[in-house]
Amino acid sequence: MKIAIASGKGGTGKTTVAVNLYYFLSRELDNRVKLVDCDVEEPNDMLFLNNTELTEKKDVVTLVPKIVTKKCTFCKKCSDWCEFNAISIVKALKFAEVRNDLCHSCGACSVACEFGAITEHAQPLGNISKYKTDFGSGVIEGRLEIGSAMQTSLIKEVKKSVDLSEDLILLDAPPGTSCPVVETVSDADFIILVTEPTPFGLHDLQLTVDLIRELKIPFGVIVNKAGLGNNEVFRYLEQQNIELIGTIPYSRDYASAYSKGELLTTISDEIAGYYESAVQRIIQIKQSA
Amino acid sequence: MKTIITSTGDNLASKFDLRFGRAGWFCLFDRTTKSIDFIENSFKNTNGGAGTKTSEMAAKLGASQVISGDFGPKAKTMLEKFNIQMIILNESELSVQDVINQINQN
Repeated sequence: MKIAIASGKGGTGKTTVAVNLYYFLSRELDNRVKLVDCDVEEPNDMLFLNNTELTEKKDVVTLVPKIVTKKCTFCKKCSDWCEFNAISIVKALKFAEVRNDLCHSCGACSVACEFGAITEHAQPLGNISKYKTDFGSGVIEGRLEIGSAMQTSLIKEVKKSVDLSEDLILLDAPPGTSCPVVETVSDADFIILVTEPTPFGLHDLQLTVDLIRELKIPFGVIVNKAGLGNNEVFRYLEQQNIELIGTIPYSRDYASAYSKGELLTTISDEIAGYYESAVQRIIQIKQSA
Repeated sequence: MKTIITSTGDNLASKFDLRFGRAGWFCLFDRTTKSIDFIENSFKNTNGGAGTKTSEMAAKLGASQVISGDFGPKAKTMLEKFNIQMIILNESELSVQDVINQINQN
């Protein structure tokens, strides 16, 4: 089963919740849980795991086109086919160039060109690392090349590298509601949305709920940092008939431990209790799936 | 010599547009013949690459100069490649006619 952990707003505690669920679910499910960090622009899950061991690391490349001006007739077909405005052709100046930073590596231009004027070249996209952790079945992390805007392509590759026979796969999604999020959650069996009880948290949660409903994937919400802000988010969940899977109270001590990377080493009994009850509900969801 | 003036509308009374890639219209002014054409910017609402594509448009129109409020990084590199001079004019209250008058005075 695949469960994605997403949030509309950044900073609601998506990583915190993902890492904690990985920990508590691993205990309950005999370590048959994999954590996949799909937040490739800033993969943070590994910061909070101790005693880890890198077992595999591979570079991922993407193909970008280059135009051989000698063979180019400046017919513009490739440029017309390009959905991303990445190709500029000016016949009068014998100018034909591809902007790599706009290219989405779809390959349409190569198909369009009838003159063999387009060649494809590998460009770094990022890397995928696999780690052994001292509980669970390990972490897979995608890390995007700095400057690249091709998150979605890398997330696709990260997901391909996951062994699907795993009992439970947790996909930690990027924040927001754009393509990388859709790519991460689109084939999940269930989505956990992490929010915080603030006006911003609620606003972005609503956007994400709209997205997930469009994708027709069952979902529930974990409210993190409860006690901050107001009660509007709880009212919204009730009105919309959305399941509240868990509530994690705001704790200054916990936030301070987080800032030192001690997320899992200093869990108070109180916080642990809240996670354990959320985990019981997730296991029920998993069994009924 | 042809100059492009970014414009918010399709006539000389229109306000000068401070944006280049996302400008509504291009006023193509020929200094020699004094001819004036308005061309709509079909890339103004594109998701990405507006600066690149409008620079390409400027090159196709045979412009050797563009007057706008500012130029983004992609537009800048492209216009440089096409050897088109960029002139920054930070005056949002001017009409396209005012800009042409300034050119004619110089």
